[in-house]
Amino acid sequence: MYLTLFNDIYTNIFYSGRIFLYLSGLLNTLIIAFFAAVLGVIIGTVIAVIKVYAAESGALKPLSVLCDAYLAFIRGTPMAVQLLITYFVIFGAAPATFQIPIAIIAFGVNSGAYVAEIIRAGIQSIDRGQTEAGRSLGLTKNMTMRYIVMPQAVKNILPAIFNELITLVKETAIVSLIAIPDLTMAATMIRSRTFNAYVPLFFIALVYLSIVLLLTSVQRRIERRLAQNDQR
Amino acid sequence: MISVKDLRKSFGSHEVLKGISEEIKQGEKIVIIGPSGSGKSTFLRCLNLLERPTSGEIWFEGTNITDRHTDINRLRCKMGMVFQHFNLFPHLTVLQNITLAPVKLGLMSIDEANENADRLLTRIGLKDKSGAYPPQLSGGQKQRIAIVRSLAMNPTVMLFDEPTSALDPEMVGEVLELMKELAQEGMTMAVVTHEMNFAREVGTRVLFMDDGLVVEQAPPEEFFSSPKNPRLRDFLSKVL
Repeated sequence: MYLTLFNDIYTNIFYSGRIFLYLSGLLNTLIIAFFAAVLGVIIGTVIAVIKVYAAESGALKPLSVLCDAYLAFIRGTPMAVQLLITYFVIFGAAPATFQIPIAIIAFGVNSGAYVAEIIRAGIQSIDRGQTEAGRSLGLTKNMTMRYIVMPQAVKNILPAIFNELITLVKETAIVSLIAIPDLTMAATMIRSRTFNAYVPLFFIALVYLSIVLLLTSVQRRIERRLAQNDQR
Repeated sequence: MISVKDLRKSFGSHEVLKGISEEIKQGEKIVIIGPSGSGKSTFLRCLNLLERPTSGEIWFEGTNITDRHTDINRLRCKMGMVFQHFNLFPHLTVLQNITLAPVKLGLMSIDEANENADRLLTRIGLKDKSGAYPPQLSGGQKQRIAIVRSLAMNPTVMLFDEPTSALDPEMVGEVLELMKELAQEGMTMAVVTHEMNFAREVGTRVLFMDDGLVVEQAPPEEFFSSPKNPRLRDFLSKVL
């Protein structure tokens, strides 16, 4: 029985260079997750700042309404549907080799909505008195945001951002919908060759779990460092 | 120095200030007292536009600050403000709290600002705290540092919004002492407070606000010895 297990593991993971199929799939997963995360944080920050400023003055109201529509659409529809729309409708005319950039855009735009809410909540959790003190000293709105509010808000924002990153890594498993050979796709391809389901699937599950555990440990370390600063 | 003309402020349908006209002259120490909800804090916060008035005008050193085209940031540099809850920046050291605004606004070089902060901290006897963070300080220390943080901008007028209301009783004295010193040096001050003794000793004029209006004002001796308005008499009988 053990012999069969070892044999299955060998055939489904190492035989005829299959490990490289997993590795190149993993690379694609990581590339998509990483760049989508970067894009998401950029979009999220911009949206959050617009919404915070719009809450204070009427000037940005139309932009803020646009942001609300974006947030409602992204949070109200499945990621898989958004990915398909991005690939087949918005970039329908793009050559097939652009799948990965398109996936990055789809996931980045999706993640941006969640990051925006995290950052907005982080900024608004800082006491109004901090802003008032900054403004009463003659600092501009932007200076107050940059030197007083943001440095404090980051403490509340970072842990939640890590949760979002973890979700993002796992969600990329659906990119096979637009035929990107990611980690999940690698398992599917090997499964259809070997007619063995449990080894490829448990193997990639383990790989995803490892990535998430790694991110979690980084998150813990950052949280611990921030908590130390609180006690000073 | 500050001239207020028919100042009104509403929050939604609730009118908090119902038409206030006041003059504050150079060197005056105005003390504003009144029951909670009378609009005294709102009045003070309108003076540096932390609250934007619904109508009326506020002139400061010859500039109409309620005019949309006025650069309020430049004027706020000249108007220090001290808050009930100190509002020190907890992520910065005491020294950085004091030097942030003058340096970022380009009014002083870092060296000048540090020197100025050292001088101010020495004056209030807290030079040894310059590297400390606000959460490590007592309330009285925080408020005195908040005061010198405003002074570091070399303001021409200081606004105090209930500066001792959030303090433990034994810390009130040290803050009032510093404010008295400032007054003696000739600083123009507007103080919202419940400290009647401070009003009596330091104020050059005491204002009683009730329900969005200044209903009585007088020099402190007259204000406390022969109040005319029945509401003021009632108020004083409760607080004195």
